[in-house]
Amino acid sequence: MFSQPILHPGLCFTVFLPIVSYTPATSFSHILIIDQTAVMSAASDFSQTPLLEARSLFCERDERVLFSDLDFQVQAGDVMQVQGSNGSGKTTLLRILCGLNSSYEGEIRWQGQDIDENRESFLASLLYIGHRVGVNKILTARENLRWSCALHAPVTDAAIEQALLEVGLAGYADVTCRNMSAGQQQRVSLARLLLSPARLWVLDEPFTTLDVTGVKILEKLLARHAGNGGAVLVTTHHQLDIPCDLRRLNLDAAR
Amino acid sequence: MNKDAPMTAQVSTFNAFRATLRRDLLIALKRRNDLLNPIMFFLIVVSLFPLGVSSDPNELTRIAAGTVWVSALLASMLSLDNLYRADYEDGSLEQLLLSPQPLYFMVLAKNISHWLISGLPVVLMSPLLAYMLYLPADAYWTLVFTLLLGTPVLSLFGSIGVALTVGLGSRGLILAVIVLPLTVPVLIIGAKAVADVSFGLDVSLHYALLGALLAVSLSLAPLASAAALKISVN
Repeated sequence: MFSQPILHPGLCFTVFLPIVSYTPATSFSHILIIDQTAVMSAASDFSQTPLLEARSLFCERDERVLFSDLDFQVQAGDVMQVQGSNGSGKTTLLRILCGLNSSYEGEIRWQGQDIDENRESFLASLLYIGHRVGVNKILTARENLRWSCALHAPVTDAAIEQALLEVGLAGYADVTCRNMSAGQQQRVSLARLLLSPARLWVLDEPFTTLDVTGVKILEKLLARHAGNGGAVLVTTHHQLDIPCDLRRLNLDAAR
Repeated sequence: MNKDAPMTAQVSTFNAFRATLRRDLLIALKRRNDLLNPIMFFLIVVSLFPLGVSSDPNELTRIAAGTVWVSALLASMLSLDNLYRADYEDGSLEQLLLSPQPLYFMVLAKNISHWLISGLPVVLMSPLLAYMLYLPADAYWTLVFTLLLGTPVLSLFGSIGVALTVGLGSRGLILAVIVLPLTVPVLIIGAKAVADVSFGLDVSLHYALLGALLAVSLSLAPLASAAALKISVN
């Protein structure tokens, strides 16, 4: 949506330029709300349109082609593991699919519609947890979750405590995240999986800091989400042990 | 979507706006430095002028308006870096950008919280410092009102600069280079208004100009910040 030339330092002074390229989609009437019932009813009809579809994706970084002509589809009920050696572009691919990175060519469609044209409805259905998990260290687990959920739809304190209980952090709701281990902070971010009504989960290396029980909990969550008609895109070097079908996307083959 | 959807959407946007504002204020309250730094900096800079320039009341009366305004500008710039830095580093900024709510309101919430932390204390403290600098008593209210109109503009325009530079490793002076040209008009008009009122001149034009700047920055600056943030995380 925002093209590279705006980066030009000479234009940095121009307050008005970025506004020109700003889409009018910010007006209230265009916002789509996460509607729990709508999500559920959509989940029950496994229609032919794939949830997420990428067509001939091409991405180049520092004059090195990360992937080209990459086509794939993610259907409701899919858990797709993105694989590839270090530096093969796994994180870049996930960021592109979320719309955080716009330096790519090709087409990405959410339920048959281009993600840039239908951004609000796409974002309402998306939950992204990146390398940097989005947990502020000064705030407590509860304060962090309250905010990150409110960005989509507000949640109750009871729901937050229930979610923390399920990810194995019972009693940690009011502990400052700075005093938690890396794995526990990761679990705080994973509690969002339980609090969000999003259909598509995009998870970048969610297993790295988790212990054995943490891994089990997350695998269970992934399988349950897929079973409920959601879809998961996950990068990990860990051998996923989940009862449902696991699809694999190998980026080393797409270069 | 049912027919109530637009209204629910507004409620939801308002909730997200309130949650963001509340979160940022909470973080500032938990980090005492963020709260104290701008106001302490403001106090120190202003109180150095009588020591460094002159303790002659006439001399100080002449420079009082400019001194308070320059210090307010510097205090605002000093605290700008906190605006998106921590969020960028811990990934919260990505969460903010991936919110289905209009980014304008999310950025506005962060800007308002920045002003409440760095701008409002300066406004409240200014009459005390004006007294110290022998500013004529009838100019106190003008000083407070111009600061009240001007400091939010400093936060809003400053936010654009921080948003553009948040992804850079070493920013150094680039933030000042981007932000100062935008904020200097505020400084000129604000300081001029206070100086003029000391001479008994009419300052309604200055108020109107500051008000216009505030209206423009309030409606456009968050959009520019939002666009700049998207570029920065790219």
